[in-house]
Amino acid sequence: MGYLKGFLVSFAQQGKRQRVTTSYPEEKRPKPVRIHGRHVLNRYEDGMEKCIGCELCAGVCPAKCIYVRGKDNDPDDPNSPGERFGFVYEINYLRCIHCDMCVEACPTEAITESKLFEFSFTNRSDAIYTRDELLVDEETGRPQHLPWEDWRDGEDQWTSQWMRATSPSGDADYEGRVAWQAERGYGVRAPEAAQDKKDDIDTEPAFMHTEVRPNQAKEIFAASSREPRPWPRPDGRSPMPGAQTELPAELQGDPQAGPRDGDD
Amino acid sequence: MILGADPLFEGGHVGFVVLLFVIVKTFITFALLLLAVMLMIWFERKIIGDMQNRIGPNRAGPFGILQTLADGVKLMIKEDIIPNRADRLMFRLAPYLVLLPAFLTFAVVPLSGNFAPGTDGVVKILGHHTRLQLVDPPIGMLFVLAMGSIAVYGVLLAGWASGSKYPLLSGVRASAQMISYEAALGLSVATVFLVTGQLTTSGIVGAQYTWGWNLWVTGLVPFIVFFIASLAEHARPPFDIIEAEQELTGGFNTEYSSFRFAIFYLAEFMNAITLSAIVVTLFLGGPNGWYPPGPEWIWGLVWFFGKMIVLLYVLVWIRGTLPRLRYDQLMDLGWKVLIPLSLGWLLLLAAVRIGDDRNWNLFIVVPVVLVMIVAVAGLLAAAIKVGRSDRALAEVFE
Repeated sequence: MGYLKGFLVSFAQQGKRQRVTTSYPEEKRPKPVRIHGRHVLNRYEDGMEKCIGCELCAGVCPAKCIYVRGKDNDPDDPNSPGERFGFVYEINYLRCIHCDMCVEACPTEAITESKLFEFSFTNRSDAIYTRDELLVDEETGRPQHLPWEDWRDGEDQWTSQWMRATSPSGDADYEGRVAWQAERGYGVRAPEAAQDKKDDIDTEPAFMHTEVRPNQAKEIFAASSREPRPWPRPDGRSPMPGAQTELPAELQGDPQAGPRDGDD
Repeated sequence: MILGADPLFEGGHVGFVVLLFVIVKTFITFALLLLAVMLMIWFERKIIGDMQNRIGPNRAGPFGILQTLADGVKLMIKEDIIPNRADRLMFRLAPYLVLLPAFLTFAVVPLSGNFAPGTDGVVKILGHHTRLQLVDPPIGMLFVLAMGSIAVYGVLLAGWASGSKYPLLSGVRASAQMISYEAALGLSVATVFLVTGQLTTSGIVGAQYTWGWNLWVTGLVPFIVFFIASLAEHARPPFDIIEAEQELTGGFNTEYSSFRFAIFYLAEFMNAITLSAIVVTLFLGGPNGWYPPGPEWIWGLVWFFGKMIVLLYVLVWIRGTLPRLRYDQLMDLGWKVLIPLSLGWLLLLAAVRIGDDRNWNLFIVVPVVLVMIVAVAGLLAAAIKVGRSDRALAEVFE
């Protein structure tokens, strides 16, 4: 009577109210931590743009959706700390495949991806985000909330680059190390555990459940401005140029701990 | 005037009032069916969602009850595409060939009425005697079977006229499937004819007055066979191999879009409704049951639709439980199980009636019948075994 048993199984599911689906627009599932969404153009702590208009992102883009033109900074009123800045910066979201290769290519970590994917357009020209739309807010460092985007509370905190935080770029010594610069984006994260310890811990990093305060990144890196020590590498080579030479105190120790709350 | 409001105009008096009655009844029946289809689609999606731990439609109207309407409006404003290689006339005709039988079958079902002996289901409304069914043709159930066969043409022609390979395969499957289950369907309906001695739907319902339902009068087996065979006849899951998405993309309606697709969709669920209406009429006593005091046609409607909803729930339950049959399993079930079973049961019922009539000696007849049943079952099993081993041998020597 195997058939009848099956009927009982499907009958018993009714009225249990255990749902694998959600009432979507009202209720959202947590997004995966590495999800690639709409880009942001980051700023330094003083509000300067990070983009130097080098066009490496445009060159590496497999979908050819990025268009960049650099321009010399006005010496009296510079847009970026360097010589040049990204004077035209456009991303066509009808073409973008959110591969994050631009994020990897960027030498100044100017372009990163937020976790936002819920945005739509009614015509093609709206799909091209310009520099003005991509740049983060000068005061808060959070991405702009454009009218056609569905931002929810707290979603704009996770905009900094995840790629650099976790990818050792094939170098075993960088496994489990944060190797990024101080940047204005939100959510400086603890790195994932090293490969041989990954199985022991929960796959969902603890920081997913911690609240990130505005300017926390700034606080963390301000607290760590001590004498730089060389990166502990066995072969004695110097760390990559521009990389944070030492882990901030909050991030040292247990690699799976989230960013500590500075107030307690 | 007693049969006046009958579209076949059997009485011969065709006055204005009669015509009006016919028009009003046609309108009401059609509206009722469309409403039922609308609610059925919502009901099915909601129940199956609950069975699969999903929420189901919940946007349009309260509890998503207007979802079907929203889908219909959406389909109507879509572009209507006819493929280049389609046979344009047949392509346009096919949806109506599927829809029309579904509606016409429902037209002969008595929705309610007074079926006390001698009254023949006629009730008095506004001073006129009428049946609460659109039409009651003398051929009754044969009409239903005929409509079932015409629906096959719709599917077959849709598949063929699309000029595309998957719909064509689906059309071929449809013809094979529907024809093989027609036999079991007809044989189990024949048991009903045998027991009730009636061909018209109202007559069959009248013969089941109050609690004499054919469900137990015919002994359960024809009911089960008829139910399974009509599931297959109307390509309801788990017999929906003609629109098996994993194999045939969408089946016979792959190339259809816009309103023509909506008609196929409508017909599919209309078929589910008429299927359960016919099963209720044939085996579950139609509107018969225990009536509290009050106008009996209202209680008849309540009984009829109550039974229908239970059956429709079972349809959804089956869909939510059983995986789709493979093509050969489908054919095996039809030819090797349902047809022998229904044929045997028909012969058994016929023998019981004749024996009853002629006072057969049970002590002789029962052992003889048992021996014969064992012998026939053995022969059948042997035949199937030979067929299997032949097939296995053929595969070995290939």
